[in-house]
Amino acid sequence: MLYINCPHCGMRSQNEFSYGGDASVKRPELNKEVSDQEWDNFVYNRKSLRGKHLELWQHISGCRQWIKVERDTATHEIFRTFKADEEVA
Amino acid sequence: MQKYSIFNLVKNAFSNHQNWDLAWKDPTPKEEYDVVIIGGGGHGLATAYYLAKEHNITKVAIIEKGWIGGGNVGRNTTIIRSNYMHDENGLFSEFGMDLWRKMSQDLNYNVMFSPRGIINLAHSDAQMNAYARRGNSMRLNGIDAVLLNREQVKEIIPMADFSDNVRFPIFGGLMQPSAGTARHDAVAWGYARQADSMGVDIIQNCEVIGFDVSAGKINGIRTSRGNIKAKKVGLCVAGSTNILAEKLNMTLPIETHLLQACVSEPIKPVLDNVVTFGAGHFYVSQSDKGEMVMGGDLDGYNSYAQRGNLPTLQHVLTEGIAMMPFLSKLKMLRTWGGIMDMSMDGSPIIDKTHIEGLYLNCGWCYGGFKATPASGWTFAHTIAQDRVHELNAGYSLNRFNTGHLIDEKGLGTKTWIS
Repeated sequence: MLYINCPHCGMRSQNEFSYGGDASVKRPELNKEVSDQEWDNFVYNRKSLRGKHLELWQHISGCRQWIKVERDTATHEIFRTFKADEEVA
Repeated sequence: MQKYSIFNLVKNAFSNHQNWDLAWKDPTPKEEYDVVIIGGGGHGLATAYYLAKEHNITKVAIIEKGWIGGGNVGRNTTIIRSNYMHDENGLFSEFGMDLWRKMSQDLNYNVMFSPRGIINLAHSDAQMNAYARRGNSMRLNGIDAVLLNREQVKEIIPMADFSDNVRFPIFGGLMQPSAGTARHDAVAWGYARQADSMGVDIIQNCEVIGFDVSAGKINGIRTSRGNIKAKKVGLCVAGSTNILAEKLNMTLPIETHLLQACVSEPIKPVLDNVVTFGAGHFYVSQSDKGEMVMGGDLDGYNSYAQRGNLPTLQHVLTEGIAMMPFLSKLKMLRTWGGIMDMSMDGSPIIDKTHIEGLYLNCGWCYGGFKATPASGWTFAHTIAQDRVHELNAGYSLNRFNTGHLIDEKGLGTKTWIS
């Protein structure tokens, strides 16, 4: 069982959350010309590496907010959590 | 190579089975090969076998970080089927079914292929319609499919829950009678033994740490046991695809996720077929040892752990008990997990890459084991001829760019959703 520290509600069990995928992916700016390659990178292509991974989770059975979680994909250790609009250094 | 037969078995009994040849050798890597296959799993071993057998290319090495057959080919639920609706998947898998039927004879190794049939249960009228459509598509591709009504399903699996007040009543099901199971380790060992006998070097405990690429062409690989030159390199590394892709500066439409399975204590024969739950993701069959072999959803988040997490297991087994209540009385014997190369449309990739001489085989999601022979056969063809075969033409890497996705499950890019 993972325990995720929701920045809004505190430490909760994984059962309350739903996974949302890689949080480092940026949607292309819409007010400029977007190439096919940029769309591919946004929609399909993922690094998905072993080690630290910044990802989105939704606290679906809690505050229903989307949050960012920094987690290790090999050990499942969770290092830090952020609000959705927080910039991660 | 020593043939496995009843006569050799009797002969070797006189020497207490001490004089059998090793099934494959343990060579040191040579300086150069025509083809290097990275990944000594089912697909890699099958690729090497078909390179030697079908294309007469025997200066081949298989490079494996751990031991052969220690990844997903040793961690699956052994289900073999071709019950797909889309042409690309159906024709590819049905070609594989033919190879499965002949495999024990071809490899002179008993892979215990058991065509016991698979039943996908339906729990609504809409689902029955969808199954009728899929069954018709299968039959148009020459694949056997039988639509069963509730009574027919009850005759085959009376132990399923047919009571009146269930959340997901069984309306019927779609059966592929020729589907089945096989002994997974034997598949890896059988391919390894034959490939080795034809001159393929199986190099274990050898990790790939880099690639030698110049002017858009592959020249070789760097490994923990030295540099190896190669004219062609094939990647067959399933859940480690993203790690090697990064070393090649490639970003692929693949995410690595964890899939669990488990077996119960062995019980007397109760279930003749493979059965899947239609209102969730759960499948079950009974092994020759009597264990109920069960699996279902991914853990649901990117993972390289090769071990599972209890919430998912609980969720999957809840579905199992809803389908067959007697499962709740069984004790769990073992659980395990493997890391899946989840592609963004749920279908695999067997293709050339933008680097000359580098070939890619990945994206097998839940269905890698059953694809072992067809994947090896088509990947060997792609490498040997430097062009894709019509069977894997649909499994191109650039389909994500052109929009020709093969989205069998209709899950879009979230193939890990449960």
